[in-house]
Amino acid sequence: MARRGAEPGEVARSAFLAGPATVWLVLFFLLPLVFVAVASFMSRGTGGAPVPPVTLDQYERTFTVFGPVIVRSVNVALVTTALCLLLGYPLAFFISRRRDPRVRLFLLFLVLLPFWTNFLVRTYALITILQRDGLLNGLLMRLGAISEPLQLLFTQGAVIVGLVYGYLPFMVLPIYASVERLDMRYVEAAHDLGANDLRAFFRVVLPLTLPGVIAGSILVFIPTIGAFVTPDLMGGTRGLMIGNLIQSQFGGRGNIPLGSAVSMVLLALVFVGVLVYTRWGQEEKT
Amino acid sequence: MSSPAVGSEGRDAAGIHAGRLRRDLAVRRVGQVAMWVSPFLVYLFLWVPIVVLIVFSFNDGASVSVWNGFTTRWYENILNNTITAGTESARFQTGLLLRAVRNSLIVAVAATLVATALGTMLALALARGRFPGRKTLDSLFYLPVVIPDITQGVSLAVFFNLVFEAVQRALGVRLVPGFGTIIIAHIAFNVSYVLIVVRARLATMDPTLEEAARDLGANHVQTFWRVTFPILMPGILAGALLAFTLSLDDFVITFFNAGVGTTTLPLFVYGMLKQRVPPEINAISTLMIAVSIVLVGASLLLQRRGSGD
Repeated sequence: MARRGAEPGEVARSAFLAGPATVWLVLFFLLPLVFVAVASFMSRGTGGAPVPPVTLDQYERTFTVFGPVIVRSVNVALVTTALCLLLGYPLAFFISRRRDPRVRLFLLFLVLLPFWTNFLVRTYALITILQRDGLLNGLLMRLGAISEPLQLLFTQGAVIVGLVYGYLPFMVLPIYASVERLDMRYVEAAHDLGANDLRAFFRVVLPLTLPGVIAGSILVFIPTIGAFVTPDLMGGTRGLMIGNLIQSQFGGRGNIPLGSAVSMVLLALVFVGVLVYTRWGQEEKT
Repeated sequence: MSSPAVGSEGRDAAGIHAGRLRRDLAVRRVGQVAMWVSPFLVYLFLWVPIVVLIVFSFNDGASVSVWNGFTTRWYENILNNTITAGTESARFQTGLLLRAVRNSLIVAVAATLVATALGTMLALALARGRFPGRKTLDSLFYLPVVIPDITQGVSLAVFFNLVFEAVQRALGVRLVPGFGTIIIAHIAFNVSYVLIVVRARLATMDPTLEEAARDLGANHVQTFWRVTFPILMPGILAGALLAFTLSLDDFVITFFNAGVGTTTLPLFVYGMLKQRVPPEINAISTLMIAVSIVLVGASLLLQRRGSGD
């Protein structure tokens, strides 16, 4: 124990190395969060500023007035996560089963490249496809499937499509890492013991790749529950999410205590996700 | 395969077996088809919007669904600074675009330099040092990665507002948000990402190399610059590249902490999308996509060269 104990010199060196980053984190990340937490229990003053007395009104309003938006945001995030899983799992599996490593790399690259272009540009690209005089409506009308252009944009569906488009790589990469490490001899053993493909998948492949599935799901769920840009540009009034509520409360005619309370609720939802991840989503050390 | 000796029970069993085999084969065939069709559709979904955007940036007309012939005039308009759309107050101008690019680069370079230095030092302390509270500190630095950017953005905005008010009351100096606030905000989230990347590199590094250097009489500073730093370099560069990309790309946190005259490129694009969209936006987006493809390609080449030996 004596050798493991910190010597004075070592503590000083660590303080020098970790000090600046820690001060930065405390000052420009943690302290602002504490301010928001405190503000969420205050009343609204002139110009939306937080003033005493202390009250729980903001939380009450958050759950009553904004309740439906919060429920919808959770729904949108869950549906987005499920869709990413349904699309991402087969894709990750497909890529990892290519024999040539160069093909695998290229296929992964094709997933990641759109991801490296600016999020707003990608969202705009999707908007041009979905808008009233966009390519999809034009195609459907030329095929005679519809006579009037459909309202695709500014719906909740559009927000979900936009979020899936934006966060699919977050799902593909962890699942790919899991499937890549999967020992195919287990699958052969399952077949030898009489399991068909479906059974082998659900009893062997899926359980063994579950950490990747959970990690991917959390990586999609967390940013989508707090999404702001996608619902703002693609959702219209019907697709509003928690992020838009927060933004509107911190704007010109806002209410900072109310916006702070909504932020705290969002944080709570995110931490539920983090808990799920730390409990079930980490690969066991081998 | 049937034999006359098989009784009716045996035949039933064989029939069930054959039926199950057929079903299993059907499952396999559906599975095989789905294994090809689903990824194909996902790739279409990922790429069609981008390809359409690029193709229609050369369309002779403002439509993004009807092809009217090839033109490069939108690109020429950007080059010549010729205005074709937008209201009087929100006209698109090349000068403003270039200014936004410049602002983005200023922010990204400054934030990357500071965040890489702080993040690397922190990684060394957390990986090598033994001090009280190390575990707590370690998990605290994951918070900026998981907490939604909108929360980070608004909480910092509230914080800066309070500080600026206090400064005005105490010193009579009026501070406003601008480059300083954006760069501070970007450093705050980038340190965590640099930490994650550099630590991954530190974890694969052989600690006996540092011990050997110290046994040979090098002090801590010499050991760091002669041994640790050169080995860590690829990790530090990768961390810096990630920080730079995140900084260039950030919209939400910048949105809440920018001031007048510090519009970054993402803020500029957002402004265009919210107001009347000029037809040049396809060309601008295509240029942005081209730049990111070139950057990603270059970084991949660099990495390959780095791990080539």
